Amino acid sequence: MTTFEGSFYENKGKYKGILAWITSTDHKRIGLLYLYGIMSAFILAAIVGLLMKIELIAPGKTIMDAKLYNGFFTLHGITMVFLVVIPGMPAIFGNFMLPLMIGAKDVAFPRLNLFSWYLYVLGALVAISSQFLKGGPPDTGWTFYAPYSFRTAGNMMPAVLGAFILGFSSILTGLNFIVTIHRMRAPGMTWLKMPLFPWSLYGTAWIQLLATPIIGITLLMIVGERLLHIGFFDPALGGDPVLYQHLFWTYSHPAVYIMIVPAMGAISEMLPTFARKPAFGYKAIVISTMLIAIIGSLVWGHHMYTAGMSSAALIAFSFLTFLVAIPSAIKVFNWISTLYKGSILLAPPFYWASSFLFVFMIGGLSGLVLGSLATDVHVHDTAFVVAHFHYIIFGGVGFAFFGAMHYWFPKMFGRMYDSGWATIGWLTFFIGFVTLYTPMFVLGMQGMPRRYFDYLPEFHPGNILSSFGAIVMVAGLAIIIINLIRSARYGPKAEMNPWGGTTLEWTIPSPPPLENFDEIPTVTERPYHYKKN
Amino acid sequence: MSSSENRHVVPYSTYIVILLVLLVFTGLSILVTSYELGPLAVSAALLFATLKTTLVLLYFMHLKFEERLFGVMVSVVMALFLVVLVITFFDYSFR
Amino acid sequence: MSQTAVHTEHFDATASKIGMWLFIFTELLLFGGLFIVYSVVRFMHQDAFHLAAQELDVVLGATNTGLLLISSMTIAMSVSAIQFGHKKFTQILIIITILIGLVFLVNKYFEWSVKIGHGLYPGSPVLQGFGNGDTLFFGLYFFMTGLHALHIVAGVSILGWVLVRVNRNGIHAGHFVHLENGALYWHLVDVIWIFLFPLFYLIS
Repeated sequence: MTTFEGSFYENKGKYKGILAWITSTDHKRIGLLYLYGIMSAFILAAIVGLLMKIELIAPGKTIMDAKLYNGFFTLHGITMVFLVVIPGMPAIFGNFMLPLMIGAKDVAFPRLNLFSWYLYVLGALVAISSQFLKGGPPDTGWTFYAPYSFRTAGNMMPAVLGAFILGFSSILTGLNFIVTIHRMRAPGMTWLKMPLFPWSLYGTAWIQLLATPIIGITLLMIVGERLLHIGFFDPALGGDPVLYQHLFWTYSHPAVYIMIVPAMGAISEMLPTFARKPAFGYKAIVISTMLIAIIGSLVWGHHMYTAGMSSAALIAFSFLTFLVAIPSAIKVFNWISTLYKGSILLAPPFYWASSFLFVFMIGGLSGLVLGSLATDVHVHDTAFVVAHFHYIIFGGVGFAFFGAMHYWFPKMFGRMYDSGWATIGWLTFFIGFVTLYTPMFVLGMQGMPRRYFDYLPEFHPGNILSSFGAIVMVAGLAIIIINLIRSARYGPKAEMNPWGGTTLEWTIPSPPPLENFDEIPTVTERPYHYKKN
Repeated sequence: MSSSENRHVVPYSTYIVILLVLLVFTGLSILVTSYELGPLAVSAALLFATLKTTLVLLYFMHLKFEERLFGVMVSVVMALFLVVLVITFFDYSFR
Repeated sequence: MSQTAVHTEHFDATASKIGMWLFIFTELLLFGGLFIVYSVVRFMHQDAFHLAAQELDVVLGATNTGLLLISSMTIAMSVSAIQFGHKKFTQILIIITILIGLVFLVNKYFEWSVKIGHGLYPGSPVLQGFGNGDTLFFGLYFFMTGLHALHIVAGVSILGWVLVRVNRNGIHAGHFVHLENGALYWHLVDVIWIFLFPLFYLIS
């Protein structure tokens, strides 16, 4: 692969090869380092997921026993949640694009940024080591519920400590982004002239900063329980297991907003570009972003409706959950309105963004079923929940991720991918995705429990369809990923602004030079300033 | 984008006065809780702790003399924590 | 030199300070999680907590409280001192702060030794054998004061490093935000103790 001369790919420091990358404090290289790590983790976890679906294709043992299945859904969850989706958008696209989009040369603390990546790698290694050390893989699910998590023989310590280290990585990234956005916007870029992806990163960064310490301390308490029998969550010693759930979800619910908010930000970038229209309701989207961050911090109990909380808590959490749906819905209305009477450019990012709207709405609406007390009782801990969160996380974040990947690919790699294959990959993936997860809604309502490797014969047909969907979806993934990797190396060179975007990253070369801008621009216009023609 | 260092210098005497007030509050909190006031004792102790913290934040940690942004951030974080605590007690108080 | 995009043009002290405050928020919330546990567990075992707290030495606790407050004053004063250009006084103040931190740790060591001598330590058979509220009170006591002590160690280390930089004139009247940040961290450690003290020592 010829190195783009004059771009950030050129090695200017004293190191060469891999060393030049893993010692670089350049936000663009760090973003790519995260991309490679996160995609590796994603592929690993996807394979584990596929194996789980193969197990579920028929009742009884198909390819694994219960113990292995428990270990697999735990590994799948830990990897996807902590190694892929939580870091995902901020670490990859946040790192690469934030300084470009606000007209800065880097983030506020570049060395801290590199350190965050080191923590990511260290946390990943520590967490994955749990699979191989004596004691066996953890089998608690990624949620590590007490008291089982401190009684099981499985390797909780590396899993929990790995998550702790990863949490630190997330906190420091959030810290870096908050300071970057406060202090490093280009002259003339007032808060209300900042594009929507940086806004989404700002809201996300606050959640990363404030929520993650809660799980940090909770994980340390699990260590305390296992090593020192401190008893906070142990009924035998006077503690309360539900207290663990409160603490765990006080982080882990906001964590899903860490996942989805930047994804929404990416959608907010793509839709105006591919509709050649200003974003509809910019201010409403900004306010909704901040409202989601704040209200989203207060709804955690909706994961615990059947745990034994008081009626007062049940009602409060259900009410707040319905409340938090409102700003998300506002965003959906704004996105659709952005497309209305737009001049649509049909290209892979647009396919991803528009299919995002579909899957996100289904995921969100199914969330209302779960947020409502009376209906949740019937579907809690069933396949319905699994369908909901895969629709909203894999559908929501995943589709936005692939959309962003196809949107910013030319900028990041300086080459264009094959649109035909990208479209085929998208369509195959989309069909597989819907086939995989939709039956789970029905199965859940019919009563199929989650996290079980076996099920009653009446659930068999739905599972066959679902597992078949998994295979199709993985095929789609393979097409997408292979197309992107090949194009990064051999694709035709990309122009500066292939999509006609209006934000600052499209005003510099593809790929960008080391310091991004020859001269820091002065911003006068609002973003998405498309002219009517 | 450069920024000048904080120009406002706090006199030593301010810090000494604040310390004395803090020590007085500490003494008072010990005094108040030495009486059998039950739940009021806890509230009183926490009230003094809150007052002491406010003084440390405003003077020792300089919030009184910094730009407004810092005070806003601290307030939001404190408020968020308190709300989370209160909502947690929706569960425990009414079980 | 490693691949670095930005060669410092103007150092942004405000950015550095905001960064430190943000880090402080994470520490506050880390302990906040433990305060939530304390509140809930205490609510569940009010009488046990009331009685168990009598085991703790109020005099020692109050001494430590006073010491930390004084050390907070000295480190705050050091920021004024550096701005006045009083390098010697700045160094003395930082050293006093560090020494007080070390005395605090020594006091803690004695306090814990007494407890451990009586068989009271996390996971001990004595502790496990207690009634429920007592086990949790001491579990929380060791966990929270232990975590706090770790932060004192961190704070002392940070201030030690800051002292070295003051000595070498890397921190001076024109560039002292790192001293401010070190001081902020120390105040954080003080604030945590301001809450720990009444909650463990004064509720008997």
